[in-house]
Amino acid sequence: MIEIVNLHASVDGQAILKGINLTMGAGEVHAMMGPNGSGKSTLSNVIAGREDYEITKGDILFNGESILELAPEERAHLGLFLSFQYPVEIPGVSVSNFIKTALNEMRKARGEEPLDASSMLKKMREKMDLLEMDKGFLSRSLNEGFSGGEKKRNEIFQMAMLEPKLAILDETDSGLDIDALRIVANGVNALRSSENAFMVITHYQRLLDYIVPDYVHVLLNGKIVKSGDKSLALELEERGYDWIKKEQA
Amino acid sequence: MKDRLAASYWLHESHFAAVSNALVTDRRRKAIERFEAEGFPTVRHEDWKYTNLKKVLKEDYALYSPFDAQDDAEPLEFKDIKRFLVNDIDCYRVVFINGRYSSWLSETTHSGFDVCTLGSAWKKYAHHIEPHFGQLTEDLGALVQLNTALAWDGLYVRVPNGVTLDKPIQALYFTTGDQPIFNQTRSLIILGENAQAEIIERHQSLTTAQSWTNAVDEVFMGAGARMHWVKLQHDEASAALTQHSVVHQKQDSHATVHTISTDGKFLRNNLDFKLAESGAEARMFGLSLADGKQLMDHHTRVDHLAPHCTSHENYKGLFDGESNGVFNGQIHVHVDAQKTLAFQQNDNLVLNEKAAIDTKPQLEIFADDVKCSHGCTVGQLNEDALFYLRARGIKEKEARALLMVAFAHDAVADIQHPSLQAKLNRLIGKKLGVKNFGFAL
Repeated sequence: MIEIVNLHASVDGQAILKGINLTMGAGEVHAMMGPNGSGKSTLSNVIAGREDYEITKGDILFNGESILELAPEERAHLGLFLSFQYPVEIPGVSVSNFIKTALNEMRKARGEEPLDASSMLKKMREKMDLLEMDKGFLSRSLNEGFSGGEKKRNEIFQMAMLEPKLAILDETDSGLDIDALRIVANGVNALRSSENAFMVITHYQRLLDYIVPDYVHVLLNGKIVKSGDKSLALELEERGYDWIKKEQA
Repeated sequence: MKDRLAASYWLHESHFAAVSNALVTDRRRKAIERFEAEGFPTVRHEDWKYTNLKKVLKEDYALYSPFDAQDDAEPLEFKDIKRFLVNDIDCYRVVFINGRYSSWLSETTHSGFDVCTLGSAWKKYAHHIEPHFGQLTEDLGALVQLNTALAWDGLYVRVPNGVTLDKPIQALYFTTGDQPIFNQTRSLIILGENAQAEIIERHQSLTTAQSWTNAVDEVFMGAGARMHWVKLQHDEASAALTQHSVVHQKQDSHATVHTISTDGKFLRNNLDFKLAESGAEARMFGLSLADGKQLMDHHTRVDHLAPHCTSHENYKGLFDGESNGVFNGQIHVHVDAQKTLAFQQNDNLVLNEKAAIDTKPQLEIFADDVKCSHGCTVGQLNEDALFYLRARGIKEKEARALLMVAFAHDAVADIQHPSLQAKLNRLIGKKLGVKNFGFAL
């Protein structure tokens, strides 16, 4: 589904990603772990198309085609989704209006008719039930005054509505209490299929108890330095990153 | 032009005097003398530092006095003005053309309360006019003095104690004709105790000839009175408006004023509130959507004269092209005005490097037990928000528009009439170029 080849990226002339290689297939869940500043969020932003980063080398192929030249919205139309670590507050735009706009833009880009109001509402209700969300949520301003947990749940709600092929969850677990974590994880698990793939960026093993990954990668200083199965996450939880740093040195 | 205007007053003083008592005539005379002494304001005046009236003064305007014979060669018909009305709301309608009242386009009333033109009220309602006219404007600048001297037509509303108007009032000021024209319009609104009124006001040029309207409004609110006033500034690129509105509020009265400015060459709004008795509340909202070479200027002033009064002010501005914005928000909390609550916010987006906004909060507080806050921001569209929207598949142009509409939204959120709200949203959407986008406003 996605193939990242020797990806180098820098911001303001400072190299952050220094040769990422990663292949993810449909139906797979990959966990991306690593200490602060290792490049995890940069990787997710670069894949989603944020323009603040300069790609100095390498490529990102989505279903075999390079997406480096595509605008963020074009990547979204192909089925890429980023659940933001810090979702932006946008006063004056309601959650329902935002989702309606986003979903119909996607459909338009794919040559589909916009969803009629009642189908849209039905779909929203379904997904909200899945995430145990309150109905009043739809009419609130996007992320404005939301608690940390509500913001993250709103991200997963958007993901459920937009049904992406590849979803990147950037520290979706941070700021969640244990109940919210369970609800969000259940939501993600319900959306898992053989057609889509997830990249779960996290600091903690805890989330991976709920969303069980097929692969675990360790990102260190802009490179994937170790990959393994879910047992690697447990080992990191126990031993920290120092032993990997030493291995590298 | 100063001399022509003064001459016009002296020429017609006897006409003005014929409909009023000596007190009112004396106020006119003092006003014209002050205008003659001071002349038009220049950028040397602190209040006009960023707003150069020269651009407006350079035209060779025709001046009409109310006592000239009216040229009825091509009178406007209802079909000419229909599209400028807020159609869906059943309203009283007071229509002016080139500063003169148009009886055939208006729907006035004197049944239970008065909604008409000041021009027909001078003599008939002299006993109401004399205690009010010019009483809130004495200390104001030269443009206001000029208006006081030459005041004739404009909205006149008087609502007795305890009466609520059954429908809103639309005051419509049109300019027409091939010549540049300078109009004075004057409103007087007197609301008794617990009286309620809603006013929708629009200045609209129907011609590409240059026009300038200099408007002054005085509003007196009795105890417990409520007023909502919406000023719709969506005029032609040839039209200039200078307007000074003063609202005097007694105990527990509530006034809300929305000023929505989307078009027009030159807009100078002065809006003053005098919170004279405890419990009075003033709320003001403004939205300026400027581009091209437009100038949109808001000067506001709230005088907290008594304890336990509240003022709430939220102005937003979006400046594109080579437009200029000015915001000056004065709040004066006088010595006795303990327990004052005063909130002021002015947020601006500057979308082009050639556009500019000068914003200045000005608080003077002479009481010690008060809550006052103010803030102003000037920025660009939030790049994080833009990326967020685009990452959800919304195209850049639409994402920008969505953020602009969201930014502007506060300014009209409080307007109760769904049809007026919808009309304003359409105007805002049109101005921001979002008409054909997929999102609802």
